[in-house]
Amino acid sequence: MSANKPQSDLFESLRSTWEGCSVLLDINDGDRLVFARLSAGATLKIGNKNCSLQPLLGCPFGSFFRVENGTQGPYLSRYTPSTEGNNVLEKGDGQSIDELRDNRALVDNNKAQSLTGEDINEMRRLGATGDEIVEALIANSATFEKKTVFSQQKKYAPIVLLRRPFTRSICEAYLKKYPTRIGFLRMDTLSLLLSMANVSANSDVLVVDMVGGLLTGAVAERLGGTGYVCNTYIGGSPYPMDIARIFNFGDEICKRIVRSPLTDLFSVQNGLQKPVSQDSDSCNMESQSNDRISSPVSMEEVSLASENVITDLIPESTSSPVIKMSKPAKLGEKAPQEIISSWKEHGFSCLIIAAPELDTWSLVKEIFPLMSNSAPFAIYHQYLQPLATCMHNLQLGKMAIGMQISEPWLREYQVLPSRTHPCMRMNAFGGYILSGTKISPN
Amino acid sequence: MLPIDSTKKLSFTRCIRDGDLVIVYERYDNMKAIEVCDGSVLENRFGVFKHSDWVGKQFGSKVFSTKGGFVYLLAPTPELWTLVLSHRTQILYIADISFVIMFLEIVPGCLVLESGTGSGSLTTSLARAVAPKGHVYTFDFHEQRAVSAREDFEKTGLSNLVTVGVRDIQGEGFPDELSGMADSVFLDLPQPWLAIPSAGKMLKQDGILCSFSPCIEQVERASETMRSSFTDIRTFEILLRTYEVREGKLDDFQGDEAASLGSLPRKRRQRSNEGSNVRETTGPPTVMARPCSEAKGHTGYLTFARLKCLS
Repeated sequence: MSANKPQSDLFESLRSTWEGCSVLLDINDGDRLVFARLSAGATLKIGNKNCSLQPLLGCPFGSFFRVENGTQGPYLSRYTPSTEGNNVLEKGDGQSIDELRDNRALVDNNKAQSLTGEDINEMRRLGATGDEIVEALIANSATFEKKTVFSQQKKYAPIVLLRRPFTRSICEAYLKKYPTRIGFLRMDTLSLLLSMANVSANSDVLVVDMVGGLLTGAVAERLGGTGYVCNTYIGGSPYPMDIARIFNFGDEICKRIVRSPLTDLFSVQNGLQKPVSQDSDSCNMESQSNDRISSPVSMEEVSLASENVITDLIPESTSSPVIKMSKPAKLGEKAPQEIISSWKEHGFSCLIIAAPELDTWSLVKEIFPLMSNSAPFAIYHQYLQPLATCMHNLQLGKMAIGMQISEPWLREYQVLPSRTHPCMRMNAFGGYILSGTKISPN
Repeated sequence: MLPIDSTKKLSFTRCIRDGDLVIVYERYDNMKAIEVCDGSVLENRFGVFKHSDWVGKQFGSKVFSTKGGFVYLLAPTPELWTLVLSHRTQILYIADISFVIMFLEIVPGCLVLESGTGSGSLTTSLARAVAPKGHVYTFDFHEQRAVSAREDFEKTGLSNLVTVGVRDIQGEGFPDELSGMADSVFLDLPQPWLAIPSAGKMLKQDGILCSFSPCIEQVERASETMRSSFTDIRTFEILLRTYEVREGKLDDFQGDEAASLGSLPRKRRQRSNEGSNVRETTGPPTVMARPCSEAKGHTGYLTFARLKCLS
């Protein structure tokens, strides 16, 4: 299967994996999240075993797999969970629905288990399934049965859920593990940026993305292969856009993600032409960074909990030339001149800024003229003051109306019979947003 | 409303025309949606505005009344529409709407089912998300509301993207013709558990369901019903806190009985020190922000779930 899907059956085929596609593996119901690229040689390390990801090719997203023991070692095999209910995979405090087991009776003195580690390894070598091992442990343990079903299942029969990376799951995973790379941009804040800026098909969206490409990817997803998202940058070198490559965009969408230094976007008529020498510098920087970006994407591991043995994903094997690996499609090419001219003539439909390291007002006053009249804008920042100053100045300069600074608040709940309450852990901060509409200067 | 038609897209070269829908902005909390009609006028506290003055102007322009008062004319967007539409029911606001659209993974081309339509607030944003080739089928059991919703979608130019049906989803479920075709389903019903089995039939495998309920008891019952066919069941609450921004000066404390501590004048200009106040020094005006006192405490709980992959 090639990564270039014909447009007509695009939707249906995107529901199953293909060679070279990027996936999100959810191990043990949210315990551990791993981004991977599915090539024939790719593997996943679970416990201390490497499993090939080959069995995942061609399977629908949303399929479950479990680690089975085969004659040649452990492998991932597809299985269908029972339809009666997800009793063993309950989230929350890990208790099953029908019995309120807890840890009261456990005495942690290492005497409880009479089945040794060596016994377990022997069973594995002989091909025992995870379930069989769990049963043997139960039979041989004084306290094992007292532990919750959930924690028993996790270690000996890990379950892998195959997920397609989408804006929300990518954002959530990064916020847990590498929040600084995305400037602490939480998923609800990101969704607000997209709405407040009115991102829709056929729009020309101008973004200043210093959050690793997450914003650019999210916008491109909403454009669905129409319009353009122009990722612009100040100075000579473009900001990294690696996260945008995890999205599994086909060619149509990749073509719509373009880059341009801010200086190139200004026209002579506005009298804002920047010196030509800066342009040639930025060209050189561009070609260098493009080379860096085109190299194969490495695996990204995002672990959520460290209850069990969590190990790093092995980088996909690039050593065998025989296996043809589909290259991830190229995105972020330099914006073609005709498109830049079109933007100069019509203006951008909207502006989104997520630049935690830049002073908001100095950026906004430069970039504002590029927006069309009545175009909405949404600016994200981790700090309130830069947004307050920017809003104040926009007001004084009569440049925008309908402005608002908002801070979204998000809380997740555990919903179980007689045990419903907000989750104990909560992310307390998703940043601030300044939104508004540009008015016509006259 | 949507830029699908290039001639209607926002542009420096695009002017307001007869028949366009504009949002008349008087104040941040006072806006109206009006169809431009040559010969008509708008009357408000700022005076009389002739629509003919608007034709040929850019969106985002300031326009004046015969008295000299002014308003702004903005291009409509789903967000502005949510703020101006007539409320036939309690509506969803931007925080819930944007979170739902992201969590339901709605992108251009998707097919989305919704019940109930209500005032069409969410529906408008759903239409934007699926445009140009997707579709939204929305159902309400109340005939009059369905009619009003259809009229609104005509006004905002979304009729090609939205089909409004009159149907009791709780009693009858979604229509069989749509089985297995939906990428996402959204429920805003008093008893969503009655509609959940049908939603499961409508969804493609790994499709996503969202149920919005104000009460936690509804959430518990809905989640319970979801367990057999759905996985990844998660419930959230989302709220927006807004901030007000002022420019003010904080007086330095001088230990003087005349000095007042921490007074915050509203947008006062910098004044030079007068003779009698020579000992009171004031800092340069600073821009300060603080949260607004009024806020929404609750709208509803959002429960999301994915259809289990069983084949």
